[in-house]
Amino acid sequence: MHLILFLVFAGLCLAGAINLLLQSHPINSALSLIVVMTSLAVLYLLLGAEFLAAAQVIVYGGAIMVLFTFVVMLLNAGREERTLGSRAARAIGFPAVVAILAVIATVILHAQGLGVARLSDGITSTDELSAVLFTKLLLPFEVTSVLILIAILGAVALASHSGSKAEERTGEE
Amino acid sequence: MSPLLTQEVPLSWYLLLSAILFSLGVVGFLIKRNLITVFMSIELMLNGVNLSFVTFAHQWHAVKGQIFVFFVMMVAAAEAAVGLAIIIAVFRARATLAVDRIDRMKL
Repeated sequence: MHLILFLVFAGLCLAGAINLLLQSHPINSALSLIVVMTSLAVLYLLLGAEFLAAAQVIVYGGAIMVLFTFVVMLLNAGREERTLGSRAARAIGFPAVVAILAVIATVILHAQGLGVARLSDGITSTDELSAVLFTKLLLPFEVTSVLILIAILGAVALASHSGSKAEERTGEE
Repeated sequence: MSPLLTQEVPLSWYLLLSAILFSLGVVGFLIKRNLITVFMSIELMLNGVNLSFVTFAHQWHAVKGQIFVFFVMMVAAAEAAVGLAIIIAVFRARATLAVDRIDRMKL
């Protein structure tokens, strides 16, 4: 059962990721990214991370992707034109990606002592997770809330109409 | 125990999947020509790395690996909010989303 679930959702995940690269319209890419994120949530559940599976669906599949589709629709982004991109990216980028993947795959396949995952392994309950998060790691957690607050203020300041020099310039034209 | 429950998947497969997702994210970053899809490729890379964190948390029975993924998610949410706000600001100044035409830092 675990094997079947893993193969199905890993396949969905890869298909979504490849589709993201092949589609030329941003909204299609956004929808395939949602497929990737929800199938990753199932894989998290298979690895026993129940809280993360829920958070993945809510935060990534929900909040972040809603933001993406909203911006795609707001800016009325059309089909992207295919260009070849920079020569440096082609000459150095793609060989580097292949090399990185090859190195990581070799290391993983030769690694000793990597275990196996079963459905009977049991799951990390949210209790255990929050016991560590709210005692040992309370300070980083609170600092992250400040970070989110700053991010919200920054997003509002960046996206607001006023205070932008470019806005005044286009207004004059 | 039923045979369905004892069937097992090696953790290296999960790690390989995470490496492939990360590489696909890098390839997307290089070949996509729309600012928003370039940003989506970055999210794909973050997700690939998160999967390997969860896999290692399972391997070592450590809760802290999962908590790290939780922090990565929160930072990714903040990053998405700021990044998309920057994209809106850039679009307002240039009226284009093609990365080839956004080649100056100054607005």
